[in-house]
Amino acid sequence: MNTHKKYNTEVTGAEAVILALLDEQVTDIFGYPGGAIMPVYDALYDYMDQLNHYLVRHEQGATHAAQGYSRVSGKTGVVLATSGPGATNLITGIADAQIDSTPMVCITGQVHSHLLGTDAFQETDVVGISMPVTKWNIQVTKAEDIAPALAKAFYIACSGRPGPVLVDITKDAQFGKTAYKYQKCESIRSYFPCPKVKDDDISKAAELINNAQRPYILCGHGVLLSGAEKQLLAFAEKADIPVASTLLGLSAFPPKHPLYVGYLGMHGNYGPNLLTNECDLLIAIGMRFDDRVTGNVNKYAKQAKVIHFEIDPSEVNKIIHADVAVLGDAKEALELLLPKVKTQKHTEWLKRFEDCTKIEFEKVIKDAIDPQTEKLRMAEVIDKFHKLSEGNAIVVTDVGQHQMITSRYYTPNIPNYFVTSGGLGTMGFGLPAAIGAKVALPNTQVVAVLGDGGFQMTIQELGTIMQSDIAVKIIVLNNNFLGMVRQWQQLFFDRRYSFTEMKNPDFIAIGYGYGIKGRKITERKDLQAALEEMYASKEAYLLEVVVENEENVFPMIKTGASVAEIILE
Amino acid sequence: MDNTYTLSVFTEDKIGLLNRVTIIFTRRHINIESITASESEVKGIYRYTIVITVSQEQVEKLVGQIEKQVEVLKAFYHINNDILSREIALYKVSAEALKENELFTRIVNENHAKILSIAPEYIVIEKTGDEREILHLFNDLEKFGILEFVRSGRVAITKPMKTLNTFLKEVENNSKTVIKHFSK
Repeated sequence: MNTHKKYNTEVTGAEAVILALLDEQVTDIFGYPGGAIMPVYDALYDYMDQLNHYLVRHEQGATHAAQGYSRVSGKTGVVLATSGPGATNLITGIADAQIDSTPMVCITGQVHSHLLGTDAFQETDVVGISMPVTKWNIQVTKAEDIAPALAKAFYIACSGRPGPVLVDITKDAQFGKTAYKYQKCESIRSYFPCPKVKDDDISKAAELINNAQRPYILCGHGVLLSGAEKQLLAFAEKADIPVASTLLGLSAFPPKHPLYVGYLGMHGNYGPNLLTNECDLLIAIGMRFDDRVTGNVNKYAKQAKVIHFEIDPSEVNKIIHADVAVLGDAKEALELLLPKVKTQKHTEWLKRFEDCTKIEFEKVIKDAIDPQTEKLRMAEVIDKFHKLSEGNAIVVTDVGQHQMITSRYYTPNIPNYFVTSGGLGTMGFGLPAAIGAKVALPNTQVVAVLGDGGFQMTIQELGTIMQSDIAVKIIVLNNNFLGMVRQWQQLFFDRRYSFTEMKNPDFIAIGYGYGIKGRKITERKDLQAALEEMYASKEAYLLEVVVENEENVFPMIKTGASVAEIILE
Repeated sequence: MDNTYTLSVFTEDKIGLLNRVTIIFTRRHINIESITASESEVKGIYRYTIVITVSQEQVEKLVGQIEKQVEVLKAFYHINNDILSREIALYKVSAEALKENELFTRIVNENHAKILSIAPEYIVIEKTGDEREILHLFNDLEKFGILEFVRSGRVAITKPMKTLNTFLKEVENNSKTVIKHFSK
C-alpha cells in the first residue's frame, strides 16, 4: 500500500504528518497556515502534486468544508490549522461534527513543548478546550509519536459511530527527526466501535414486527453512515411498513417510494409526526430521538413498543425506552432481520399516512408552492428548484427557516445528497460545507441554500470559491430577517422583534467582488429563468431571491407540545 | 429517588483522560463527592473510584457515556451493599489535647484510630473507616480543636468475583472489529 519513496527513511515530524495523510489515502485537506503549523505547511510544499490543499478564509470554514466533504463522500475530512486562535476557531465545526457523527481529523500546530503552560504567543490549551466536543484527542510532543497518533486518529474518526478527533502537534515535534514507518491502526484495546449484532435481539425484534398491526420505521443518519439503504428498502417492502426520516436521515429512503411518508420533527410532515402517537410499534434505525423529533417525550409514542437499532450503546434508553435494543451496525442488523420478518400488508395503516399527506397538501403545501402573495415565498423557490434538478443535485443548507423549507420541499433522489447542520444548528455551516461537498464530488451539481443571516456568518468563504475555482451554486433566500427567530418572536414573544431585522449588503456586488457572477430577483416571473441560469452555469453562481419578509414555516410542533399536537397553520 | 453510587472506571494510562471523564459529570450538573485514581492490579490500567448521589436512571446513562470514551475499558456502578469501601482520614489536633491524656487516648482507641505523629505543637491521628466512622471521630476530636482535617475519598473493592484479567481478555476480543467505510 505504501509507495512513497520516504518509507523507512528519516524525515521531520512535519513531513511525517504529510506522509501519514498520504498513507491514509487522503487527497484533499482544508486549512489555514500560521506560526505553529508552519513546518507542516513547509513540508506540504513538496507534496502539492499529491495533496490538494484548499485555503479557506477562516478556520471555521475549514471544519465545515471537511464536514461537507465527508458527508457526501464517506471519506474522513481533514483540517489543518495553527495554534491559539487558529485552533479555537475550529471548535464550532468540531462540535457540529460531533453531534452529527461526522468523521473528521483536525491537525493543529502547538507552541514548542518547553513553552507549554507558559502563556506563550498563540498558545491555547486546545486539547482541553476540544475535549467535550471531540470523540478523541491527543497532544503529540515528539516526532516519532506523530504517525502512530494520526493512525489512531483516522481509525477512531471513521469507525463505529463516526466523529471528530483532534491531534495537536508541538512545533518541536514537527521539526524533530524520526524514522518514518506507517502502521494503520486496526483496533484499540479499550475501544469497541461496533458491537456484534446478537441473533437473540434480531429474533425479539422480528417477533414484535411480525405481530404488529401498525408498525412504523423511523430512519436516521445511521442508515446512511452504515450504507444500509438497500437493506432498509428490502425490509420495509417485505413487511410493508411506512418509513419516515429524520432531518439527517433524508436521502436514505427513496422519496417517491409509496412507503415513504415524509420527514419528522418540529417542521416535518404532518402524518409522520401525528401518527407517531398511533403506531403500535416504532422501529427506530440509526437515530437518537432528538428533542426536535420527539417534542414532549412524556407524550411520545406511549402506546407503542419500541425497537431501537443503534451502534452506540449510550444512545439506547437515553431518551426513549427501548423494548428491544439491537446493538450494532444497521446494515448487518437489517440483513439478519430480513429473513425473519414475514411478508405482510398494512394497507389501512398506510392509508392513514396518505390521508394526512392530502390534508397537509391542502392546508400547507398547495399554497406554499403556488402562492397568491405579491412577494415570492421560500417554498416555491425550493419547489421549482427541486423540479428543475429532479432531486439529482447535492443540496447543502444553512440553518433556519430556509433550512426547514428546503428539507420539506427538496427531496434528494440519491443517498447523502442532502447536507445540513442538524444537532448543533450551526448558522454559517452552509456555504463552507457546500464547498467541501463540491471538492469531494466535483462532477456533481452542488447547491447551497442559505438565508441572509447564515450567509453572512461565513461569507468570507466566497474567497475560497474564488481562489480554488469551486463551482458551487448559491441560492440566498433573503427575507431581511433572522426568520426562524422572528417566527418564534411572533408566536411566543408577542411580536416583539428584538434584533432580528437585518440591514443587508448588496450580496450580488459582494459576489462580483470575489469574481462570482450572480443575479438578484424579486419577481415571480423571473424565478424559473434565474434558477435555470444558475443551474446551467459552469462556474460558481450566486442567486439572491428576495422573499416574503414575515413568512412562517408550518406545520409546527410548539416547544413542550406532543408530536400529535402538530399544527398546520 | 437519589442514591449513593460508587463508580469503578478502568482506563488506559493517558494524559487528560481523567478530565475527559469528569467533564461528563460537569456537563450534566452532577457533583462528584469524591474521586480517587490509581494503578490497578494490572500494570498500565488505572482505576478511578467516583462517588456520586444520583438516580438509578442517571447513573446508568453516566456509565454509558463514560464507557463511550475511547480509552475507558469499562465502567461499573455499585450500590453500597455491593462493595467494601474505606476512606483514610488524617486529623491534626493541638498538642494541648495531651493535657487530657486519658480522654484523648480513650477516644483514639474507641474509634480504632492511631496516632501517626506527635510534635511539640500538634498530634496527627490516622483513621481508616467508612464515612460515618470518620465523621464520628471528627466530632469526638472537635473538643480539642481540630487544626487540620483531610480525607482521601472512597476506595472500594467490589464483592462479585470477576478478575480484571478475565475481563480484559473479553475486552480485547470485543475491540477487534472490521473498520467500516461507506465509500462510494
